[in-house]
Amino acid sequence: MKRKPAALLLLLVILAALPQFLPRFHTYIAAIVLLTGLLATSLNLAIGYGGIYQFHHAVFYGVGAYGTALMLTRSQLPAPLGLVAGPLAAAALSLVMGIICVRLSKLYFGMLQISLGSLVWATVYRWYSFTGGDDGIHGVALPDLISSTGGAYYYTLIVTAISLFALYRIVRSPFGKTLEGIRDNPVRSAAIGVNVKMHQLAALVIAGFFGGVAGSLFVVIDTSVFPDMMFWTYSLEVLIMCLLGGMYTFFGPLVGSSILVLLRTYVSVHIPYWHLFLGIILTLVIIFLPDGVLGYVVRRFRPKEGRLA
Amino acid sequence: MLSGASGRRRAALLRVESVVKSFGGFKAVNGVNLEVGAGEIVAVIGPNGAGKTTLFNLITGHLSPDSGRIRFKGREIGGLAPHVLCRKGITRSFQVVNIFPRLTVFENVQIAVLARERKTFRIFSAVQDMAAEEVHEILRNVGLYEKRNVESDLLSHGDQKVLEIAVALSGKPELLILDEPTAGMAPEETKRCIRLIQRFSGEFGLTILFCEHDIAVVFEIAKRIMVMVRGGTVVQGSCEEVRRNREVQRAYLGETGEC
Repeated sequence: MKRKPAALLLLLVILAALPQFLPRFHTYIAAIVLLTGLLATSLNLAIGYGGIYQFHHAVFYGVGAYGTALMLTRSQLPAPLGLVAGPLAAAALSLVMGIICVRLSKLYFGMLQISLGSLVWATVYRWYSFTGGDDGIHGVALPDLISSTGGAYYYTLIVTAISLFALYRIVRSPFGKTLEGIRDNPVRSAAIGVNVKMHQLAALVIAGFFGGVAGSLFVVIDTSVFPDMMFWTYSLEVLIMCLLGGMYTFFGPLVGSSILVLLRTYVSVHIPYWHLFLGIILTLVIIFLPDGVLGYVVRRFRPKEGRLA
Repeated sequence: MLSGASGRRRAALLRVESVVKSFGGFKAVNGVNLEVGAGEIVAVIGPNGAGKTTLFNLITGHLSPDSGRIRFKGREIGGLAPHVLCRKGITRSFQVVNIFPRLTVFENVQIAVLARERKTFRIFSAVQDMAAEEVHEILRNVGLYEKRNVESDLLSHGDQKVLEIAVALSGKPELLILDEPTAGMAPEETKRCIRLIQRFSGEFGLTILFCEHDIAVVFEIAKRIMVMVRGGTVVQGSCEEVRRNREVQRAYLGETGEC
């Protein structure tokens, strides 16, 4: 197992070296891959580890982004505050929506969350004077250190790495294990003294917070926000990333999001109907690799008595 | 014997007083009275649909009673949530195997130990070897130590039932409720399960309330038996008394009453 940290370190070095030889556009795409990976991984804490039907995760991504963009453009407060404000706003929204939704379970939870999330989206979409309505906000001024393409990339890389490390620790903590227990068997969990709803709520807030972190990173990379980021179809796309990569592995969603972002970027240039491709790929994955791409790899090559990562 | 010694009987750990629970117009539990003293092993028997599981669900908080009282150590507990009752000292196993299928045997027990120690909200410590010694000891006790790294989904039915009892025991309960502990087990497994229950009662003075269809098992383990039919209590007493009761003989044991 000691090969794992070494491989991750190598990956980190490669990622750190990317801007040195990639043109600007590709550096931008690499950063998008990273932050989308973080977004999918944060969703996976709720849906893959917690078994909570978090169907509208993009809302927290959007609120994280809008929180940061609004703080940077409309307040005179120092910029770092703005970068923190987005994720905190996402966590707060997650707490409020969670308290309302968590009393329902499974699909009902998901449906209610889509409704409430769409409410947030509609507000953002219509409130021209504050959020810029369907235009969004463009040309957000960033601190000098992170305003260049390279600076923004390194900021994204560092924040993503720290966030993923934190999520990894959470997944392997007593809390994470308890969450897996709740996913597998909520009745049994309650019968051994676990307060199921409180754990689910905590998981939702953590997932919302890191979704918000991904959103604030998007502002840094793109210097713009728009309501489509939090439209419910994007939530589905993030969900597909988790399915594609493998929901029961930690790095699965990262794999899934990389595949999806790269497909969208490079295939959609040549083929206008790239969603058709996505549909075909997804169908094949669901039929042949029900555990997702990484789930398959892990199952195929894992040691005999071991288990999923 | 036991009824004669009632003056010396220890204070009731669990007392169920005229509890009623209906689903629509159907009274699943209809005015049941039951007392379980500390350290006792009490069995509830009765045909399918008699209300045994409903009674257990009422005691463990999975349902709340329409009327009547349930007291545990003198405190009213009717209607409290399952996780609260677990912390008060009541844990259970379920009729259908109820474990964490995707987790290993070790992790199944580990979660229960962590839940008892209220450590499940720790998010930044590594769970890997937490409470390992205690978990290993529990697993050795029930004979699942060798299989500790197996995903529990892959265990045999008997092993899964035993694992479930181990998970319940990890909460260090005062009252252990077992809903058909030997259902679906092979004869060998049943014997192993009986030995296990008897040992835990003997060694740790655990109070056990269980229901079971296998009458041989009931008479082997139970000190006292309550017979339920259609939501009500038919008879309650020592094994001898129940064995001698005509109504029970007719309904349950066959005319000769041999077991």
